[in-house]
Amino acid sequence: MSVWLNSDSRILVQGITGSEGTKHTRRMVASGSTVVAGVTPGKGGQNVDGGKGDIPVFGSVSEAVDATGADVSVVFVPPRFAKAAVVEAVDARVPLCVVITEGIPVGDTAQFFQYAQNAGGTRIIGPNCPGIISPGQSNAGIIPADITGPGSIGLVSKSGTLTYQMMYELRDFGCSTGIGIGGDPVIGTTHIDALAAFEADPDTEAIVMIGEIGGDAEERAAAYIGANISKPVVGYVAGFTAPEGKTMGHAGAIVSGSSGTAAAKADALEAAGVRVGKTPSATAALMRDLLSS
Amino acid sequence: MDLFEYQAKELFAKHGVPVTPGTVAFTPEEAREAAEAYGGPVVVKAQVKTGGRGKAGGVKLADSPDDAEAKAADILGLDIKGHVVRRLLITPAADIDTEYYVSFLLDRANRTYLGMASVEGGMDIEEVARTKPEALARVPIDALTGVDAAKALEIVSEARFPEDVAGQVADVLQQLWRVIVEEDATLVEVNPLIKTPDGQILALDGKVTLDENADFRHPDNAQYAVHDETDPLEAAAKAKDLNYVKLDGSVGVIGNGAGLVMSTLDVVAYAGEDFGGVKPANFLDIGGGASAEVMANGLEIILSDPQVKAVLVNVFGGITSCDAVANGIAQAFAMLAERGDVVDRPIVCRLDGNNAEEGRRILNESGNEVVELVATMDAAARRVAELAAAK
Repeated sequence: MSVWLNSDSRILVQGITGSEGTKHTRRMVASGSTVVAGVTPGKGGQNVDGGKGDIPVFGSVSEAVDATGADVSVVFVPPRFAKAAVVEAVDARVPLCVVITEGIPVGDTAQFFQYAQNAGGTRIIGPNCPGIISPGQSNAGIIPADITGPGSIGLVSKSGTLTYQMMYELRDFGCSTGIGIGGDPVIGTTHIDALAAFEADPDTEAIVMIGEIGGDAEERAAAYIGANISKPVVGYVAGFTAPEGKTMGHAGAIVSGSSGTAAAKADALEAAGVRVGKTPSATAALMRDLLSS
Repeated sequence: MDLFEYQAKELFAKHGVPVTPGTVAFTPEEAREAAEAYGGPVVVKAQVKTGGRGKAGGVKLADSPDDAEAKAADILGLDIKGHVVRRLLITPAADIDTEYYVSFLLDRANRTYLGMASVEGGMDIEEVARTKPEALARVPIDALTGVDAAKALEIVSEARFPEDVAGQVADVLQQLWRVIVEEDATLVEVNPLIKTPDGQILALDGKVTLDENADFRHPDNAQYAVHDETDPLEAAAKAKDLNYVKLDGSVGVIGNGAGLVMSTLDVVAYAGEDFGGVKPANFLDIGGGASAEVMANGLEIILSDPQVKAVLVNVFGGITSCDAVANGIAQAFAMLAERGDVVDRPIVCRLDGNNAEEGRRILNESGNEVVELVATMDAAARRVAELAAAK
């Protein structure tokens, strides 16, 4: 078991013929993922060298799904085409659509999220995220597969590099699934969705939740943890020193007036019984304590 | 990108929202000329991207061109919550019967938009929301179906607008929604939306935030970026396509990935508490690749900040392994030397992740005396805070 992605997952890559698409397809294949198809409109019939054999390219997601039984899509298409790409995946009823693309207009994301909600068959992760990995089983996105191995920690984070940092610090325990939910203001999968899935996953013993400034997703996650999560959770929040009104790298990472501050998020998590580390290493140490006691 | 009021009103007018005419003035003389042209009393309004202008003395009524010139001289140069007034909007004074509030904004929590309206406009809407929540209608907007005539009337009726203005306000709501959709705005706000004594509806103020991710769809809106009010270091960084935010401390920070850099700032400030309150000087995310050129550009910007006393380079080698990052750093120093930049301040490097040992070996052997390698993020932050405090 693991969350949303396992050794049976059959991945298709939207935008496989682009340089990032091809590069990360090879990385996914090299890390043991089953990549069965690529999609690039107008390039159906071609092949892409996946490093362990050719991967067929289709002109549309529905053709790719019909021909290969793909059940996970990873989207690398440029921002201006991303909405159409996700809509296509939803129309083809792909159960999991992981949107790596950074820089998608948030209005487009709000629309394709609503579209997926209406259709009902597709979970979206991202956009502007590193993807999802169940180490030793499958890797859908750009998370480096060699940081950590299979294990008992479930990890959910808005930030890619903090995900990598935390996986690295806790690599002796390993990860059941690591989920990068992305740093945009509107995202398809939230901390709460991931927490619920980790709670239900028998392979996950404990959860690390990483948040950052902006919005109130962490506060809502804290309330959810208090009411619904029985497994131990440790947390980390980035952005205590961020000034008000400045976007800190991620489009969604902005303190507006008095809302969205790191302090408010950390306080809410602690009030829900989550142990919150002051630095990534201190957070890893808290998890270490929990798992060794 | 937040717009100035006069820019917001330009966009409003483009989409049919009724606004008062206005003229932008940069000097008291220009304010006088504008007032002369309008001929009656005018309002002189500070153009700053923050609220509470009225309370801060940034909005004044002037009953003559002489008065407009004097009021403009008073307001120009005012510091309103850290925003220095460099431009004014001169607008004919409107007679106000009633003040309302309307807005649309991206609702992150519900992953859609929210329409808000109140017949109690003019004051701080957060105050209204806190003290009289029943006076503020909040109507979720489906991102796909948007605001049609029926949805606009729903908002109007939820907010209990009187019948004589309901139709006009509903029209304004549909026009404002077009600003959201057609300009890729994440916020449009009118406070106040007024009714004049003769029953006309007018947007007296305007606030718009545009989504920079959608710039590719709106080449015309590039004109709204005002560079003379940007921090010079931020402007230089932007010209080099760097993701940089100027802060006010003494430790320059470079890292890869927005989350890791935000975290690095915190860890530096945390360590700095033990060294007399040393703080980070900037946010700079050079992204996953960490190429030599981007690293060199980043170091150049950071070292051109005279407040910087020491620099922390914090890289986690993920997709790009640490040996590549280390080569990038070594080449960056060579590039800086070629450009004639002297790296005269200590640089603490922390490399971790894939192939970290090889990366550290490369940096050690590059023989650069200002570079000091520290193995962990927390220890590196401590060391750089210590170095910055000692200078």
